[in-house]
Amino acid sequence: MSRHYEIVVDRIRCDGRGLCAELLPELIRLDDWGYPIISPGPIPEHLMPLAERAVEDCPVLALTLRRTEQGKRASR
Amino acid sequence: MPDTFLWYVTRAAGAVSLVLLSGVVILGLLSTMRVQGEGWPRFLTTGLHRNVALIAVVFLFLHIVTAVVDPFTHLGWGAALVPFSSYYRTFWLGLGVIAFDLLLAIIVTSLVRNFIGHRTWRAIHWLAYGSWPVAVIHGLGTGTDVWSFWFMLLTATCAGIVLIVAGYRFMAGPFDPLHTARAVFRGSVEKRELP
Amino acid sequence: MSTMRLLAGRTLSAGPEGFAEHAARLGHLPHAGRDLTEVVVRSGLTGRGGAGFPAGLKWRAAAARHAHVLVVNGAEGEPHSKKDRLLMSTRPHLVLDGALLAARAVRINEIVLYIGEHHTIARAAMERALAERPAADRKHFRIAAAPARYVSGDSSAAVHLVTTGIALPTNAPAAPAMVQNVETLAHVALIARSGEDTGTVLVTMAGGVSRPGVLEVETSSTIADAIALAGGATEPPRAVLMGGYFGAWVEIGQAQGLTLDPAALRARGLSLGCGVVGVLPGSHCPVCETAGIMRYLAGESSAQCGPCFFGLRALAEASGRIATQGSNSEDLQRLHRWAAEVRGRGACKHPDGAVMFLQSALSTFGQEFASHPAHRARRSA
Repeated sequence: MSRHYEIVVDRIRCDGRGLCAELLPELIRLDDWGYPIISPGPIPEHLMPLAERAVEDCPVLALTLRRTEQGKRASR
Repeated sequence: MPDTFLWYVTRAAGAVSLVLLSGVVILGLLSTMRVQGEGWPRFLTTGLHRNVALIAVVFLFLHIVTAVVDPFTHLGWGAALVPFSSYYRTFWLGLGVIAFDLLLAIIVTSLVRNFIGHRTWRAIHWLAYGSWPVAVIHGLGTGTDVWSFWFMLLTATCAGIVLIVAGYRFMAGPFDPLHTARAVFRGSVEKRELP
Repeated sequence: MSTMRLLAGRTLSAGPEGFAEHAARLGHLPHAGRDLTEVVVRSGLTGRGGAGFPAGLKWRAAAARHAHVLVVNGAEGEPHSKKDRLLMSTRPHLVLDGALLAARAVRINEIVLYIGEHHTIARAAMERALAERPAADRKHFRIAAAPARYVSGDSSAAVHLVTTGIALPTNAPAAPAMVQNVETLAHVALIARSGEDTGTVLVTMAGGVSRPGVLEVETSSTIADAIALAGGATEPPRAVLMGGYFGAWVEIGQAQGLTLDPAALRARGLSLGCGVVGVLPGSHCPVCETAGIMRYLAGESSAQCGPCFFGLRALAEASGRIATQGSNSEDLQRLHRWAAEVRGRGACKHPDGAVMFLQSALSTFGQEFASHPAHRARRSA
């Protein structure tokens, strides 16, 4: 039973440090002012370790991983 | 002063700790300043900051353990944890204990950062600006060969670089691009008292 | 639909309706219990603050999470909107009735009247009305001043002010509080007495009409009807801005037949919003008008989120350049790209509202944006 997570940004806490985009360029890119644009949808399994690292390394703890709706349904 | 093996290790580990901790402070300052370059991503600065800190703790433990078990100094384990409780060089050693206690607080809170939240973590992390200078002064005051050329040079170099980088960090204004605008807006909506 | 009207009673220019007059006209406060929530649900009443969320459902949710503060949102940060101020300064007891009924239905003891800091007439009328009430009712209320910023009216900012004293929009849901617009509660006061919705809405007619101001119209009225009631257009209009600065531009031909019914508007991809109907005269340049509004909205960002602060500022600058220096393809491309990127990336709805407003301008006035000549002076309404 696979779980699906998505990346959620606390937009107020985020101050455009950019580590997340460095660690996970497949899913995160920076806009013209250095703030993250996150590809919508669940995180592919093979990118989960990097996603967890991005969450851990964010200097202001602005990122969290949240179970997507499918993830919640799958685990019931 | 007998030149025992333990005593050499204590001094050496102390010197290495000084260098490593100075590096940690510099990397921390560079993180705040959001430095990056071609081939030097920001996560490298923060990753090194964390890993060098952990290595420094290893050398610090070596430094403390060898000092405590050294038969000449008659330090008990209590002296290593409670400041100013040793007979041997009470004041200078006490400073080292303080620096170590502060560092311990910083490291423990960093390990549980996710549970205590960013604000608390950051407040305690500022203790670093107390821990490092106290450690440097401890180093200058405790050893018997402190006034030897190599140690002075080492301390001067480490302290010099830290002070230069710290000077830049505190002079170069807010690194958060929203800092001013946010403060201006907040000022415009501060609580209105009603008559 | 009932035949009751929010603005029935003494003429609006005669000042606030007192408690005795209000009670004589409408009877005393009806009983409110959990059943009132179901009456409100059945009435189909939707919020009049801008979001248009069904009021009854909001009450059920607030009761379920044991909200303990009711915020009566009269901040009215939208510059052209006047309906909330009008209600508070002429029918304050309707608002107080609605607030007490909602609080009782949802088991809330604390009511905060959130009134714009510069809206002195409205506040004075509400204070006077409170003083006329029995102490048992009065003790639940307190008044909080909303700073004169656009985002002060945002629900999360209102709650943040009530809990911390600073009107900053937040990520946090409104957990301890239930926020309800002044007009919505005024409708509740009537629904509780008749059991049915009034079938009316308050709109503020603004821009190129002879008699701008607040009107109470039936939801079956069209925008053309409303313009006529406001004395007609001052000159043939080009378009209508439906819903204020977070609303959408509509060509006049399409707009005339639109009914001022929240559900009907939503079906067309539009929104009643805060009820402002802005009429753009034909002689006014829609590009310049849009650029001016974008500059205002960019300046009203609370600067907490990068995409909102920098994005709206860049959008305002680009549309301003098109307005003053003439169209160019780079700025047009940037407008489309940044608008798509900024949307949804703020903590509150401010960037979304601004971006959707701009996108409606780009689609309604596509021709004008693509071929705008340079002109320095902006003729404004």
